[in-house]
Amino acid sequence: MTALRVVAGLAIVFVASYAAAQSGADRRRSGYQDMGEALQKMQDDDTANPGMLFVQLGSQAWSKPAGAADKSCADCHGAAASMKGAAVRYPAIPKGADVPMDLEGRINLCRTENQKAERLPPESRELLALEAYVAHQSRGMPVAPPVDPRLGAFRDQGAEIYRRRQGQLNLSCAICHDDNAGKKLAGVTIPEAHPTGYPIYRLEWQGLGSLKRRLRNCLVGIRAEAYAYDAPEYVMLELFLMDRARGMTFEAPGVRP
Amino acid sequence: MANVLVNAPKTAKRGAVVEIKALILHPMETGFRSGTNGQFIPRNIVERFTATWNDAEIFSMDMSPAISANPFVSFFAVAAESGTIRLRWTGDQDFAVEEQVAIAVE
Ligand code: HEC
Ligand code: HEC
Repeated sequence: MTALRVVAGLAIVFVASYAAAQSGADRRRSGYQDMGEALQKMQDDDTANPGMLFVQLGSQAWSKPAGAADKSCADCHGAAASMKGAAVRYPAIPKGADVPMDLEGRINLCRTENQKAERLPPESRELLALEAYVAHQSRGMPVAPPVDPRLGAFRDQGAEIYRRRQGQLNLSCAICHDDNAGKKLAGVTIPEAHPTGYPIYRLEWQGLGSLKRRLRNCLVGIRAEAYAYDAPEYVMLELFLMDRARGMTFEAPGVRP
Repeated sequence: MANVLVNAPKTAKRGAVVEIKALILHPMETGFRSGTNGQFIPRNIVERFTATWNDAEIFSMDMSPAISANPFVSFFAVAAESGTIRLRWTGDQDFAVEEQVAIAVE
């Protein structure tokens, strides 16, 4: 009798925890999952993913000395494998600084401070290639923003921008990417806006582009004025988006339509 | 430096059909667009792609301005003998890139 009750009790516990696990399942979708099979295959095949051409360019730039210091990235960092985990952690606050920086900002900091070279311009081929090469080292890792209380205020500002209506169309990011994700905007599926594949090779651009470029496209799309390339708003938005994508698989260089 | 990604099998059975895929970094500038100064950006495309297997041509194609940047080509060949597959892209502004891969046929 008691034994039977124990078994019944265990069965109920099992059913309850199974149900909890099901409803707690991660329902977040990367933009990858919203693409057709052909594009997914293109991203997955390292000899068909055009982003890999830029990873290749980045590996060449990695060991090329630059600046007055005449040092290459490899001179200080060794093999690029040392960069594993960097891209899934950024934006972060570098040592000695007090504001967060995105990955390309961090790379440019090494250009100016460590190589004594000019900053690489935004969306320039060399900067994107270096970023793709560094980001590629983290492919397959979970997105893991750092635990740094100083980031909180910046991330909150990012969340505020994300929910703020703006532009002539008076839309917020959240209206499209939270409330209407998965639905169609013209012929395009609205993704959930996870920054897991950046820099991406976008077919429409016929080239590699940064998350900034993607965000500028969305801002122009709602007829808002895009922030200047060096505006802190992009880093704030990225902090928010990376936190929202925490634990999702990093897939750079992604392919997007 | 050439930026090319080639995907071809390293070994194949004699008589088997193998797929060869090649991707190259190239702007494929059409010549029909104008730049910020209002002037046309000069055409800069890959005009021709050829592949040889031990110096015998196995595939070739002409490219046009309608082909996207960073063109990707995939084609098939019958594995007859071990040797070298040589891929060659030529085009505007003296563009010429060659890449080769070895294949063992048994
Ligand atoms: C009118 C709806 C709309 C609004 C508003 C909008 N977006 Fe988007 N966003 C899109 C669509 C549609 C795409 C996908 C475009 C495509 O695949 O061609 C996209 C793509 C993205 C992506 C890329 C996702 C991926 O998988 O690579 C990010 C990130 C993003 N948006 C962030 C934002 C942010 C941040 C804002 C607010 C500043 C915003 N969007 C505002 C419609 C919108
Ligand atoms: C003179 C040495 C030197 C050179 C050259 C150099 N770096 Fe750095 N880099 C550093 C130091 C020091 C740090 C900070 C490490 C720390 O904070 O613990 C750093 C940090 C970084 C980080 C952040 C890593 C992380 O995990 O947070 C990235 C990314 C990076 N460098 C990329 C590059 C790239 C790309 C180049 C070449 C364009 C380059 N660096 C050139 C010394 C150098």
